[in-house]
Amino acid sequence: MQTNEVAAIVKKIAVRIIEEKQFLTELDNAIGDGDHGINMARGFEAVLSKLDSEAYQTPSDVFKVVAMTLISTVGGSAGPLYGTAFLNMSKATAAKTEIYINDFIEAVKSGAEGVSMRGKSTEGEKTMLDSMFPAVRAMQNEANKGESHARIIEAGWTAAASGVEYTKTIAATKGRASYIGERSIGHQDPGATSFTIMLEEVKKAVKNGSFCNSIT
Amino acid sequence: MVAFVIVSHSAKLSEGVADLARMSAPNARIFPAGGLPDGAYGTSFDLISEAVKCAYSEEGVILIFDMGSAAMTSEMVVESLSLNKVRVVDCPVAEGAVLGTVLAESGVDFDEIVYELENFSKTE
Repeated sequence: MQTNEVAAIVKKIAVRIIEEKQFLTELDNAIGDGDHGINMARGFEAVLSKLDSEAYQTPSDVFKVVAMTLISTVGGSAGPLYGTAFLNMSKATAAKTEIYINDFIEAVKSGAEGVSMRGKSTEGEKTMLDSMFPAVRAMQNEANKGESHARIIEAGWTAAASGVEYTKTIAATKGRASYIGERSIGHQDPGATSFTIMLEEVKKAVKNGSFCNSIT
Repeated sequence: MVAFVIVSHSAKLSEGVADLARMSAPNARIFPAGGLPDGAYGTSFDLISEAVKCAYSEEGVILIFDMGSAAMTSEMVVESLSLNKVRVVDCPVAEGAVLGTVLAESGVDFDEIVYELENFSKTE
């Protein structure tokens, strides 16, 4: 995947997150402070205008500008969390002019680890990590079997979506939702949902063949 | 004198905490960094960075936060500035600000104030 393809996918993600603003807000209203949709839309609107106004040399540069923009503009927990995730993705792909599927998986893994570090959180606490880590493991499994890019990303998305379903069954122990503890059971986590939406956009791009021509 | 930055989702809350602290410590160096630049609720990396830069001296800066992203955004600001004696401390926001500024005004140093705030309890 070359720099322009990475930027194109990030723009698709941005447009989709902005479209889902109301949905993410409703999810967050149920268990959090109701700002996830508004904050994410604010952040990704800024990302869109950044990506439209400048050209970037490497995929790592694209991830970095996304990170810095989200950190500066989101205003809620998603800012430092997704900001750290994209910053780690930028570090993981540093100096590469093109990224291959294994680089992508490594980058997402490093991003998830960043979220875990920043949020002092692990899987099973009803957070975005409940989608991120299962997605990484599923993609690694498919990649190890030598599956196609489309199959790999599809498996990642399926695992992320199952992660969202899993968050409905558990009580939050991190973030604002932990204030309502057991009463958060039955509601899906907004962060796990927004991550799954992002991966869904990557999945669509791969299906359309715009992911890359690179061979793993 | 050790300075303080009050990080909150609400500009009013951070300003109120600063006012409260100045009641007991009128010469305190305390900088509110609440809300987003457009006045919305949230925590702003840029506002917090500016406040820490304004507050900074070799004697140190302590950041006190209300909740959630206020802690994480503060940590990211501290990491990005990489200055000596700049620390995010987990303590009750109002009481911690009052205790911290009173200690700072009476000349207590950075490490000791950090220790006192980290071990602060409202009822003991």
